Amino acid sequence: MATIKLEIVTPEAKIYSEDVDMVTLPGIEGEMGIYPMHIPLMTQVAAGEVAARKGGQDYFLAVGDGFVEVTGDRVAILTDMAIRAENIDEAKAEEARKRAEARLSEKLSEEETATVQAALLNSLTQLNVKRRQRR
Amino acid sequence: MPSTRDIRRRIKSVKNTAQITKAMQMVASAKMRKAQQAALSGRPYALLMNEVLAAATAGAGEFSHPLMEQREVKKRGVILISSDKGLCGALNTNLLREAAKFDKNTTVYVCAGRKGSQFVARLKRELAAEFTYKDVPAFAEARAISKFAQNLFLEGKVDRVDVLFTNFISTLAQKPEQRQFLPIGKLQALEAGVGGHNEAQDLGDASREYVFEPRAADVLGNLLPHYLNYQVFQFLQEAKASEQSARMVAMKNATDNAKQLIKDLTLEYNKLRQANITKELLEITSAAMAMG
Repeated sequence: MATIKLEIVTPEAKIYSEDVDMVTLPGIEGEMGIYPMHIPLMTQVAAGEVAARKGGQDYFLAVGDGFVEVTGDRVAILTDMAIRAENIDEAKAEEARKRAEARLSEKLSEEETATVQAALLNSLTQLNVKRRQRR
Repeated sequence: MPSTRDIRRRIKSVKNTAQITKAMQMVASAKMRKAQQAALSGRPYALLMNEVLAAATAGAGEFSHPLMEQREVKKRGVILISSDKGLCGALNTNLLREAAKFDKNTTVYVCAGRKGSQFVARLKRELAAEFTYKDVPAFAEARAISKFAQNLFLEGKVDRVDVLFTNFISTLAQKPEQRQFLPIGKLQALEAGVGGHNEAQDLGDASREYVFEPRAADVLGNLLPHYLNYQVFQFLQEAKASEQSARMVAMKNATDNAKQLIKDLTLEYNKLRQANITKELLEITSAAMAMG
C-alpha cells in the first residue's frame, strides 16, 4: 500500500516526520482527509487535531495555525505549535489556559491581546486533543 | 614601593576576577552552542517555508498586499535588536553606532533588548515600543515584535521599516547589519540562519501546479505576515548567537589578561621577597661583623 510522508515542523523544531497511510487535518474550511497520490494542494490549517493513520492505528497531534503543502507523496505542515498527543501535559496546558484567561481579563494592548489569545487557543487545542484521546 | 603584602593581596583579587570571567566564558560558550543549535533546528521550517512561498507566489499571479505598498518615506521605523546585558565586547557599541546614523527627526525605534532601549532613551530619540527576548528566542516573542512593526506600517505611522541586528558570521566575527523589512519588495528566500554566508537567494520557480484552497491570493495574504514573523524570529536567533559568541570571546580575553597579570605580579612579588631576604642577611652578617 502506498504511503505518504507526513512532516510537521515548527520554527523551533521538526516535530513529526514519518510515512503514514492517511492524514486527517483541520483545514480552515473544514476537516480534510489526505491519502497518498493526492493532487498538489496548498492551504491553511486552523488550530486543531491532526490524525495520522499508520498500520490501522491513529496517532494524534495538536497543531496551531499554519500552512499545509500537499504533494503526491508528502504532506508538509508549517505551524506555530505542534505537540504529540501523548506528550501533552494536561496540567500544564490547563495552567497555561488559566493564565491566558486571567491575562485577557486585564487591560492589554492590542498586540498583547493577540499574543495571549494565540496562547489561549494553543492550550485549548492541546486540552481538547488530550481529552478526546481518553474517550 | 608596594610591600609584599600589598602584592599578595592584589594577586588574590586578580585571581578571583579570573575565576569569575572564566565561569562566564563557560556559560557563554554553552549558551552559544545552544543558540546555534536552535538556529539549526529551524532549518527544515525555513526550507519548507521557501517552498510554500515559491509555490504560492507562482500561483497567485498579479498580487498586491498592503504590506507590499511602496510609499514615499517620510517617517521610518527601525527594529533595533540588541542584547540585554553588557560584558560582550564591542558588540553593542558597534550596533548602536549604526543605529545612531538614522535621522533623528524622522526615525522611530522599536527595540528588542534592553541595551537598545537604553540607548534610545539616552539620546532622547523616539521609542515606539520595547520588547524582550529570552536566551533561546521563542517564536511568540518574534511574532509580537513583527506584529507591532506591521501595524505601525499599516496604520501609516511609518513608511518603511528596517531591521538592525548583529549578524552572526563566525564565533570570532559578528557584524551589525541592516535589512529592509517593510514594505516587502521582491520576495526573497529565507536563509537557514546562522550559516555564515547570508546573501539571500531568489526564490526558484515552483515546478508543480498547485491547487489552492480557498484561493492563492488568500493563502499568500496570510502567508506574508507569517513570513515576516519568521524573519524576525531568525534575526533574533542571529542576534543571540552573536551576543553569546561575542561574550565568550570577551570573557576569554579577560581571563587571559588576568592570567598574564597574575604571572607578572608573582614575578614582582618573588623579586621583592628575594630582595627582603638579601637585605636581612646583609643586616645579620654586618651586625655579626660589628660585634666580632
